[in-house]
Amino acid sequence: MARLHTFPGGLKLEGHKTISTGQPILKAGIPERLFVPLNQHIGSPAECTVEKGEHVLKSQMIGSVTDYVAVPVHAPSSGTVIDIQKFPAAHASGLPNDVVIIEPDGKDEWLERKPLPDITELDPSELRNMIRCAGIVGLGGAAFPTFIKLNPVGRQISTLILNGAECEPYISCDDMLMRERPHEIIDGAKIMRHALNAGKVIIAIEENKPEAIDSLQALADDLDWLDIQSIPVIYPTGGERQLVKVLTGKDVPSQGLPLDLDLVVSNVATAAAVHRALDHQQPLISRIITVTGSGVRSPRNIEALIGTPMSDLIDLAGGYTEDADRLIMGGPMMGITLKTDATPVVKASNCLLVQTPADHATEAITRPCIRCGECVKVCPVKLLPQQLYWFSQSKNLEGLQTHNLFDCIECGCCSVVCPSHIPLVQYFRYGKSEIWKKEQETVKSDRARERTEARIQRLERVKAEKKALHAARAKKNAAGADRKKEIQAAVARTKAKKAESTSSTENPDT
Amino acid sequence: MEFSQQQHYSPHTPAQASVSRLMLNVMLALIPGIVAYIIFFGWGVLVNIVLASFFALLAESLVLAIRQRPVFTTLLDGSALLTGILLALALPSHTAWWVIAVGVIFAIIIAKQLYGGLGLNPFNPAMTGYVVLLISFPLEMTRWNPPLELAEQSLSLFEAFRYSFSGYLPPSMDLDMISLATPLDIARERVDMGMNLSVIRSEYSIFSNLSGIGTEWINGAFLAGGLWLLIRRLIDWRIPASLLLAMLIISGVFWFINPEQYLSPLFHLFAGATMLGAFFIATDPVTASTTPTGRLIFGVGCGLLIYIIRSWGGYPDGVAFAVLLMNLSAPLIDHFSQPRITGYINPKNQKERKP
Repeated sequence: MARLHTFPGGLKLEGHKTISTGQPILKAGIPERLFVPLNQHIGSPAECTVEKGEHVLKSQMIGSVTDYVAVPVHAPSSGTVIDIQKFPAAHASGLPNDVVIIEPDGKDEWLERKPLPDITELDPSELRNMIRCAGIVGLGGAAFPTFIKLNPVGRQISTLILNGAECEPYISCDDMLMRERPHEIIDGAKIMRHALNAGKVIIAIEENKPEAIDSLQALADDLDWLDIQSIPVIYPTGGERQLVKVLTGKDVPSQGLPLDLDLVVSNVATAAAVHRALDHQQPLISRIITVTGSGVRSPRNIEALIGTPMSDLIDLAGGYTEDADRLIMGGPMMGITLKTDATPVVKASNCLLVQTPADHATEAITRPCIRCGECVKVCPVKLLPQQLYWFSQSKNLEGLQTHNLFDCIECGCCSVVCPSHIPLVQYFRYGKSEIWKKEQETVKSDRARERTEARIQRLERVKAEKKALHAARAKKNAAGADRKKEIQAAVARTKAKKAESTSSTENPDT
Repeated sequence: MEFSQQQHYSPHTPAQASVSRLMLNVMLALIPGIVAYIIFFGWGVLVNIVLASFFALLAESLVLAIRQRPVFTTLLDGSALLTGILLALALPSHTAWWVIAVGVIFAIIIAKQLYGGLGLNPFNPAMTGYVVLLISFPLEMTRWNPPLELAEQSLSLFEAFRYSFSGYLPPSMDLDMISLATPLDIARERVDMGMNLSVIRSEYSIFSNLSGIGTEWINGAFLAGGLWLLIRRLIDWRIPASLLLAMLIISGVFWFINPEQYLSPLFHLFAGATMLGAFFIATDPVTASTTPTGRLIFGVGCGLLIYIIRSWGGYPDGVAFAVLLMNLSAPLIDHFSQPRITGYINPKNQKERKP
């Protein structure tokens, strides 16, 4: 076992994981309706490629992409597209998002699947393209397109780290996946390693998951390129940067990526998805989600089709308890609240947490910051959360940036320990959005200024041109006037001559 | 099922700590020191605490009402009460009620609420109140009563209250009996007069083996309370540790040079308000430095200044001035002691890193 390191700060949190690991993963059936959002991750949304009324087959692409940071979306089951409409998304903004609504026909009929050649004979770029076409994104929660991560961009990747830490309380979907389907993870790891041309693969798992460690270790014993590494339980050790620190002792550069250290970090569930995509030609149309919390009667892990309404999962987990009052997608530390359980499962849904009033601090009064520095102690990035809070409050955007606001990973440790119950992370998100807004405004105002300047120049040019034209015309006119005078003079002369001659002839009487 | 349409933000966890609980624990940690104080110097300190707490809550309520802030919930944060208690502990045992009132009201209204209340005051309110009193009423503020062990007579709880309100002493007592100098005062004055410390310490019965009779125990009790706060991680170790270490080193150096002129390091650590200052006053998070390195600097600054003011200043103790001077420097210290974030890249090298 390699020597492990520690990252600064962090919190020891109560796991609450065993409440959902007692039962095996349950496969949810096909729901009455599937609501498949076209925008499921960072980057550009997919463009709908099906029409209302069209029949689709399971795994058929229903949303295609053209931008780089994007992956397609597939039909989770066979059926008829009954509508494409706006629907509230499982996203912090809660903004409506284009959703393809499919009425499954119950046959679960697959699109014809062609067997693939041996993976090891495929070119890495071809592999990446296949992973992209399968719609695979990171399943740890951030849902970043996986094919981009698997591009070493000219670097020699030393190690692929598969993240099975699952440090956030309550969540156990990766744990159950590792326990029940270790071969899927290892087969996926094989493919990812090939795509990256990486040397080693480490699967890092928090010590509180001995079953998962054992089940993977049993398969890893024969593989010299694979290490199963148990790591201490401390939140947020599953954060990409924190995990790299724990395993290698190195710091990912601020604003940089693990790639800068020749490392790639991906989630274990993503590896399993890669295996399914390439070994079984199944695009990402289902995922394992933990349905847990004191607000559901029978917490457990469920494998559900993307697009299944959360309410179906709640039913499978025994339904709500009487005092359930908050629905959260994700864990208690970083999850977002959902306003309704009609929200569908998306690729990023790792956990559905139902809380009761005792689980959260609704009654706590927010008091002024007393600068106690507890937040500084727990920050895994070594930020000064309280300074950031002051800057955020006074909208001092420059101060926020010089105090490295953008290195904040929003893990929530500072908010948890704050004795004044200040929602610090919320202030930081606000600060970040203010800076983005201002940057956009700067871009806009720069463009506007350029435009105005161009307009002024143009107007001046036009004016100058006009002036020149006028001048030329005036000159011409002046010249014309002279000519007229000449003509007139000439006419007058001839008239005068005529008059002379006629007068001498016409007045014989005088 | 529909849930609250209001957006709740992560983390969704119950509150772990609270300001009220923190302040309450700090007050609890003061109890051993207060008990030792009463045992060695009589009931006066309790009278001070009761009066100071009353005026503190009154002043805080008044300003909150004027500022149209919730009075009761804000009082519950405990900060006003703690300010009152800390100021009371800094006063001589038998202090007139109006002196206490002036100090506490100044501390709460001028030093705290006029800056915006809890969290926004740049100076430690209790120490600001104390310094105002020390400068305004030097006579009243330097009348220290002797330890009970040396006193022929002492005041009962009732008599202590009566004295505070009316200045009335039992016929058998006079003012001189409750207005002595402290060991630190005596040592400094006599050394200035050219006496040797060994002579001074043997001549005056107020000195004990370690420092002064009673004061060593009071300091020890405050140290115990402070350690309890440290173990429970309610205060940061950096300020008390660096403060005491700085005092230990600077007093050690001078004591090594001339033990007849400079008091020993242990005397300094267990005399005056050293332990109260190190664990309960300098650690006030609002007015101290906030960064980890900054707190070390802050503590060292306090420790050195306490020693300097004690040795070469003209006041009974140096804690209040030292803390206030360091409060003044805290923003500057914070500015220059920002920790480097993980993955920090020196801007100078940044260009080389990214091709």
